[in-house]
Amino acid sequence: MSMTMDIEITPEIIAKHGVTPQEYASIKKILGREPNITELGIFSVMWSEHCSYKNSKNVLKLLPKDGPRMLVKAGEENAGVVDIGDGWVVSFKVESHNHPSAIEPFQGAATGVGGILRDIFTMGARPIVSMNSLRFGKIDGENAAATKRLLSGVTAGIGFYGNCIGVPTAGGEVYFDESYEGNPLVNAFSLGLAKKEEIANARASGLGNPVFYLGSATGRDGMGGASFASKDLSEESEKDRPAVQVGDPFMEKLLLEAVLELLKSGCVVAIQDMGAAGLTCSTCETASRGGTGIEIDVAKVPQRETGMVAYETMLSESQERMLVILKKGREAEAKKIFEKWDLHAEAIGQVTGDGLMRVKENGVTVAEIPAKSLADDGPVYVREEKEPAYLKETQAFDPKSAGPAGDLNAVLLKLLDSPTIASKEWVYHQYDHMVRTNTVVLPGSDAAVIRIKDTKKYLAMKLDCNSTYCYLDPYEGAKIAVAESARNVACSGAEPISITNCLNFGNPMNPEIFWTLKKSVEGIRDACLEFNTPVSGGNVSLYNQNPKGAVDPTPVIGMVGLIDGWEPVQSNFKSEGDVILVLGKTREELGGSEFLKTLFSIKSGLPPRLDLKEAGKLVKVLVSLAKKGFLRSAHDCAEGGLAVALAESCLLEEGREIGAKVDLPQEGVSNEAFLFGESQNRVILSVSPKNLKAVEDVLESMAYPYRVAGKVGGNSLEIGKLIQVPLAVLKPTWRQAIGRRMES
Amino acid sequence: MKFGVVVFPGSNCDHDCYHVLKHVLKKDAEFVWHKDRDVSKFDCIVLPGGFSYGDYLRTGAIARFSPVMEAVKKHAEKGKLVIGICNGFQVLLEAGLLPGAMLRNESLKFICKFVTLRVESTDSPFTKKAKKGGLLRIPVAHGEGNYFADAGTLAELNKNSQVLVRYVDNPNGSLENIAGICNKERNVFGLMPHPERASEEELGSTDGRRIFESIIEHCGTR
Repeated sequence: MSMTMDIEITPEIIAKHGVTPQEYASIKKILGREPNITELGIFSVMWSEHCSYKNSKNVLKLLPKDGPRMLVKAGEENAGVVDIGDGWVVSFKVESHNHPSAIEPFQGAATGVGGILRDIFTMGARPIVSMNSLRFGKIDGENAAATKRLLSGVTAGIGFYGNCIGVPTAGGEVYFDESYEGNPLVNAFSLGLAKKEEIANARASGLGNPVFYLGSATGRDGMGGASFASKDLSEESEKDRPAVQVGDPFMEKLLLEAVLELLKSGCVVAIQDMGAAGLTCSTCETASRGGTGIEIDVAKVPQRETGMVAYETMLSESQERMLVILKKGREAEAKKIFEKWDLHAEAIGQVTGDGLMRVKENGVTVAEIPAKSLADDGPVYVREEKEPAYLKETQAFDPKSAGPAGDLNAVLLKLLDSPTIASKEWVYHQYDHMVRTNTVVLPGSDAAVIRIKDTKKYLAMKLDCNSTYCYLDPYEGAKIAVAESARNVACSGAEPISITNCLNFGNPMNPEIFWTLKKSVEGIRDACLEFNTPVSGGNVSLYNQNPKGAVDPTPVIGMVGLIDGWEPVQSNFKSEGDVILVLGKTREELGGSEFLKTLFSIKSGLPPRLDLKEAGKLVKVLVSLAKKGFLRSAHDCAEGGLAVALAESCLLEEGREIGAKVDLPQEGVSNEAFLFGESQNRVILSVSPKNLKAVEDVLESMAYPYRVAGKVGGNSLEIGKLIQVPLAVLKPTWRQAIGRRMES
Repeated sequence: MKFGVVVFPGSNCDHDCYHVLKHVLKKDAEFVWHKDRDVSKFDCIVLPGGFSYGDYLRTGAIARFSPVMEAVKKHAEKGKLVIGICNGFQVLLEAGLLPGAMLRNESLKFICKFVTLRVESTDSPFTKKAKKGGLLRIPVAHGEGNYFADAGTLAELNKNSQVLVRYVDNPNGSLENIAGICNKERNVFGLMPHPERASEEELGSTDGRRIFESIIEHCGTR
């Protein structure tokens, strides 16, 4: 008899597992008896929000998942698979590692990278690029020390893992706002490439097929991490430090190579990463998907600590482990590959036909649960929703009431110095963003662009979310997150094809927070339908709270676009004499702007409105210009507006900075809104003078509003009579803003 | 001529080197597994970048004990060419095929970016096609590229013109801006920057080719 079976299940123990009395009643009904402690532990992690999406499932089903390119749809496997033509497919996903990173930034972020990479290569796709979306509290003022510690740790952790495993970290975003104090967001994205026939699955099948455990030994690290990620952070969380795992990127590199080799050999039936809820999740999910049962013996699981009981082995989240189901009779072939890569593999069980997940310990059954009930029959809640009270006040706020901005040149410099806008080179210089020699557009541009060797294809990708907009108007903000990432990808010359998303919100039991979640998802849905970019997969991270309250609603969008036979485009101005065009219309829109936040510490107002039809048209315009090879540069106007976007196009490429002089009609908007307002659907292009006529013809024929605004050249940025600043002043302000703060 | 690109567990620039040699420069190239003990068929051995054996101890400290390194040493003793890039340079230092040692970057942070190198000597199989004093734009990507040697070793390196490339803007605190050195016999070369990342127009620079083309010319005329 296992020692774990002796523990009596009391209401306190049930509550400690985060299982509600109703959920406990369902468990008893499923089993037809009381669960033992191991079974309770298994249910608690599988029915946690992190694994079951019980609070978000009802909302997530609003998202469009179908499309001609979608080969494996969201939720069917560890990651979706999207067709990019000529026999090639990509698999990508973004996932959160917020809570571990809050407690232990280095390992929390590192293992976030490791986890998402495993999700991708278990699909049979070789990871070729990573990105991340990072959000911290303010880097100035009383919170500065905490933010610096987190930013340093997270950046170093991502670099540690990504650099070692040799997947370039080629893009992402870093955003600072007080709502993330005490609860930073660390969302890791990875994309893998495969030939269509190489795609693997995670469906256990074939009675008697052996189940192998591959990789690192199991320890007590990360015990109950999935449950940990499903509750609010508090000062008590510091005590949860053991719930954070420790990453070993070298082990993962070996696993990556061995798994891809193993999948090629054809001896694998199914494979799944042991991520959240480790051995528990991988066994019951593969069985549930395959409509089979699975039986394992925890005594056969390699362990790096002594005295571990079944409960601990099943719930551990030790890193760099895989569950592999082999074809019976092909074990010797597989073992050769394990040995080549010096990996530890053990046969721990087999596929059964009874639909049960049966866990034994030295032959004695310690848990027996219908696999499907764990993976698919978890509780689903319809939460109460209520429009947040604060919105009435913020949406009524008139940005003009903030007062005069003062000297406009000084305002521009202040915005370029704002850490959310400033160059992120302090961060991305710590990431190997070039390994594998496919990164053709380096970090800093609108999107990361990766070439696919031996083809004429490129992939452009971007992670994006303006969470201030989402706080002030979750529906419009989420729409904008999709539209902006689509625009970024299109500015790089690519056609948007699909998105992944990571929904970072506070406690869903709060009706106001649940309302923001639902509105955000509706915004994503409507925008995805316009751009024809189905959701290929993603992740939900709830309970992002610190003692002061919830983080701003943060639906991070990971947009992937395809360039198929033409050249990618960068954001920086290239040559003296190129003509600058500004596409789109500027309105009196300063609500929710970085201008208000930076100059006046005001986070209020109605964020800019997004016309989705116009957004869709703009993407088509950009792609059509890129296809014709007309674009010397294209850059989206985002935080900081027109003036910041122009400055960025001047400054982006270090050592090759170049000035610009533009003058365009203000059309009745205030100086502040004209320069720094964040009206949507605006892009700055530069084109060679000889192509100007042809570019104008395209814009006219597609009826997209534009102005020929000026020329590239000189050593300063001039915008009409409003702005005139030398590059020598702009450059250090923008380029060193984060570094200066970090090193001080 | 034939290049052999060594694959240690944890190498991650092996494919990048292979790609440039095989597909860009159209030369014969093969991977060499770290457990192999015979490299006699190769004219030039490439020790690529990466994190051999995870580099948790000290960069290159474990790789030097791998079976293939015995063979690489013999290969070098015969006067054949060895080039170590980034982690490969660190392995050459640990193996004693080049003098000196690597410290962590002065900033204590990993650094990945394009840097400019000055060619200090063209009297080597690795730089003969470059211009003396010429500038090469090639990226670095490392956490431990801060080259260190004692005063005696340094004097020796300078006296024999063994420093083949120096940084124009030192990114890591390396002594005397050293980016790459060769041995006294001039057939073993280690450098921190990645020439394989600067060998195609599309990647922003083709200056790295100068190094591979030097090797190819040298081996072709032998």
